Amino acid sequence: MPTTPSSQSDEKIPFHQRKAAKVDRLAELMGDRGDDGHGAGIWREAFARMRRSPMAITGAVIVAVFIVVALFSPLIAPYSPTSQAWGNEVFPNRNEFVGPRGENWLGLDHLGRDMFSRMVIGARQTLMVGVVATLVGFLFGALLGGTAGACSVLGGRWGRQVDNVVMRVIDMMLALPTLLLAVTVAALVGPSLTTVMLAVGIAQIPIFARLLRGAMISQGNREYVLAAQAMGVRKRKIALTHILPNSMGPVIVQSTLTLATAIIDAAALSYLGLGNPDANFPEWGTMLSEAQRFLSSAPSLAVYPALGIIITALGFTLLGESLREALDPKLRK
Amino acid sequence: MLRFIVRRLLQLIPTLGGLSILLFVWLQRLPGGPEYALLPDDATDEQRQALRRSLGLDEPLMVQYLSFLRRILQGDLGTSLQTSRPVMDEFFLRFPATFELGVTAMIIAVTIGLPLGYLAARKRGGVLDFAAVGGSLLGICTPVFFLAFILKVVFAEGLGLFPSAFRLSPGLGRTDITGFFVLDGVMTREWDVVWDALAHLILPGLALASIPLAVITRMTRASVLEVMGEDYVRTANAKGLHRTTVRTRHVLRNALLPVVTAMGLLAGSLFAGAVLTESVFAFPGIGSFVYVATQERDYPVLTGFILLIATMYVFINLLVDISYSLLDPRVRAQ
Amino acid sequence: MSSSTPLLAVDELSVAFHRRGAGETRAVDGVSFTLEEGRVTGLVGESGCGKSVTSLALMGLLPDRGVEVGGSAVMRLPEGEVDLLRLSRRRLRDLRGSQLAMIFQDPLSSLNPVVPIGRQVTEILKRHRGMRGSAARKEAADLLYRVGIPDPTRRLNEYPHQLSGGMRQRALIAMAVACKPRLMIADEPTTALDVTIQAQILELLKDLVTEEGTALLMITHDLGVVAGLCDDINVLYAGRAVETAPRRPLFADPTHPYTVGLLGSVPRLDAPRGEPLTPVRGSVNDNIAWTDGCAFAPRCDHYTMECLQGPPPLVRTGDGTHIHRCVNPIDHADVVDQTVLESPAVVGEDEEERE
Repeated sequence: MPTTPSSQSDEKIPFHQRKAAKVDRLAELMGDRGDDGHGAGIWREAFARMRRSPMAITGAVIVAVFIVVALFSPLIAPYSPTSQAWGNEVFPNRNEFVGPRGENWLGLDHLGRDMFSRMVIGARQTLMVGVVATLVGFLFGALLGGTAGACSVLGGRWGRQVDNVVMRVIDMMLALPTLLLAVTVAALVGPSLTTVMLAVGIAQIPIFARLLRGAMISQGNREYVLAAQAMGVRKRKIALTHILPNSMGPVIVQSTLTLATAIIDAAALSYLGLGNPDANFPEWGTMLSEAQRFLSSAPSLAVYPALGIIITALGFTLLGESLREALDPKLRK
Repeated sequence: MLRFIVRRLLQLIPTLGGLSILLFVWLQRLPGGPEYALLPDDATDEQRQALRRSLGLDEPLMVQYLSFLRRILQGDLGTSLQTSRPVMDEFFLRFPATFELGVTAMIIAVTIGLPLGYLAARKRGGVLDFAAVGGSLLGICTPVFFLAFILKVVFAEGLGLFPSAFRLSPGLGRTDITGFFVLDGVMTREWDVVWDALAHLILPGLALASIPLAVITRMTRASVLEVMGEDYVRTANAKGLHRTTVRTRHVLRNALLPVVTAMGLLAGSLFAGAVLTESVFAFPGIGSFVYVATQERDYPVLTGFILLIATMYVFINLLVDISYSLLDPRVRAQ
Repeated sequence: MSSSTPLLAVDELSVAFHRRGAGETRAVDGVSFTLEEGRVTGLVGESGCGKSVTSLALMGLLPDRGVEVGGSAVMRLPEGEVDLLRLSRRRLRDLRGSQLAMIFQDPLSSLNPVVPIGRQVTEILKRHRGMRGSAARKEAADLLYRVGIPDPTRRLNEYPHQLSGGMRQRALIAMAVACKPRLMIADEPTTALDVTIQAQILELLKDLVTEEGTALLMITHDLGVVAGLCDDINVLYAGRAVETAPRRPLFADPTHPYTVGLLGSVPRLDAPRGEPLTPVRGSVNDNIAWTDGCAFAPRCDHYTMECLQGPPPLVRTGDGTHIHRCVNPIDHADVVDQTVLESPAVVGEDEEERE
């Protein structure tokens, strides 16, 4: 710290400038400290925190790579995922498989199709299943939970009744384990990729609904709602412009986590034979359940899609968890 | 306390009622209606009409629903298409196996998850913490059926450490009392049966335990971390109490409350996991029965299973609520 | 052991927090004071000035990691003098609750919600006084009665949420006095309570000090509490004591502009109607590092260039009643002469203590 300007030098400064000098010096000393994020929104603050978290960075990198591969898969995949061009080289019943080689980076599957191309195209299908399922869960869940939450906050006998009814429905849906709810839907409309997306999405509805409702009710009890009411803002407006936006944090975190759950649940549905029967569009879950049969003879056939699922799910989970941590008011100080 | 239980029981009625309506509608909506599900595909229209009449399907929906409800309440879940036996009987036959497996998985999850989560929180940021958090994330992200396959291929077929299928090695005689092999073995002092049954439970139990284990570890860790920062723990330390007293009476006692709630929810989800795990290990429980049912579109079994699980889930949650109110005086007061 | 040595002599206590990614934060930056039996010493300041951290450091209740404690806190015990900051954890645990006790700010969160009040009192009796069973329960009931909880036997079985705020704080005080500690620290014990309850609790603390001869370290931001209870007062600002004086001189002739500002912020009944309050402008966040100058300068009306050139020295006023840390103190006729107690260089570069 330069502390050179002594009291003597101070004396040499003309009197009318002295005040300015001390103000400047004070500003200089106070300016030493960096801006500690005063006034930044909680989201900006959260992202700033996430940039420092290795967990968040790992998750973000995985997710980014996955999304890029999925979006550009037709450009990346060297061969058609359904072409059985090397079918005469693979004999599953004689335990003859082809491993990685120059032509086929990840080897061939049990029908002689290029594993790498299938993995890349599969990423796209997997992403679609995850995104659509999450959207279904998010939209309907938010609608249900938002209605219940808003009704509960708006109060009145009518509001409480609506909230009560919606909560019973949510309770009922929660009583059905995710996977079985999905099985039910799949059994109803028959196996297809749409089924998987719908089934997994519907199973997520009660979770989203309960989260949003809970967050809205806790926001509704905050003092600022009372303050806004006291200033004559209509309750309906408060619910829409203040309570709802402030309650979205946990729901957005849950969406990220649901992307992971959806991918895993979709795999389980494929294993149960309720997945996509259309071999033209490989999906990691279907690939994995198909490859189970050869697990002891050609483990790599199962390991590639399994690793794909695990790593992608891990990426979304890491991202979601670190977002949750970054938004947690208890850890935010 | 009694009033609390009665009130909670009354709250179950709308949930279960709604569920029965849902299932009823679902059965109605099945492709072609229940008569298609119950009759072979080549049945004639007369046969279908006769069945419709005999099933009461030509009556008004309300009457149909009420008779559907009456049958369910009497424990009649219909007849399995695969075995042509009452679904309820099939479930009863297989229940002990699944229950035994579920208990094994829960024991594994709790005995590993609680201490691991606690130690991870105590040594926050350390190697153990990193391993526990990373391991549990990995556990949540690994499809259960894939884990089951890996365990089977590596430990049963590869290393030969454990049997790869069924509940008991073939040729091993046992006395049946309750249907729970381990319990029966202990009761009759057939220790070879006990060991053999336990060996058969280890791998499917581990696979089934993966998700509850991951969840319990993470919840315990988060909960302990939160409680360790509470003012009353500081008070306990300020009183100069022994570290063990602080840790058990003040930290653990409070930290376990949310974990207990989670355990109830996890126990409910074990049944779904059992469908995936049992089928891999050819474990003759409800799970593998239902697995075949999903493949064969055996609708009565599926509906019955959903009803069974939902009921179990609801009652497990009731138990959780009751135990919670016993553990937390603040809930009791409300 | 002569009684002239103080019960507790805190010398140059400093606490620095290290956080990953961020630099170190000096919460307490060289605080010295002494405590005597039967006297109440106040640590006064705004929130964030380091007063609570000071108390936690003395109790050894700061987290293990990321915290660096320097200085010394020598306490006189029957078996000799010990430095509280250098005791083994085991030894400190033995002292806590028996010789040192603490009362916290928020009585509800400071009590374990799932353990009955009685058990929370008896556990300290079991730990330090070796009491068991019904004897411990009887003593616990006595303690609750002594701190003014009616029907104590029934209260023993109740849980914290069943008690009122005042009752909870009384229960905490009962735990603190259970082993007749020589030193009690009260960290804003009345902040969370109603005014009428506040007065009762303060009265209770005062009685305990006079009856048992306990030394009480009172941590507060409330000058009313200070005026009513404290014998000696230390005013803290940004981790350092800026003025130390007995009660009367401090209230009559405050010398540090911050003390003057604190006193000026309190509405007075005897002030003429319409006379404005003189609040201290800005907030604790508007400070500069002590090494650069007076941390209070940004909020001070009297700061000059001298205030911004290194840490201000600690000086004793001519009449010996005040010790303050100010280059341009508020002048009072009798306190103008000063003796420098400590040169700035010593205070600024205190980096010797490392564990």
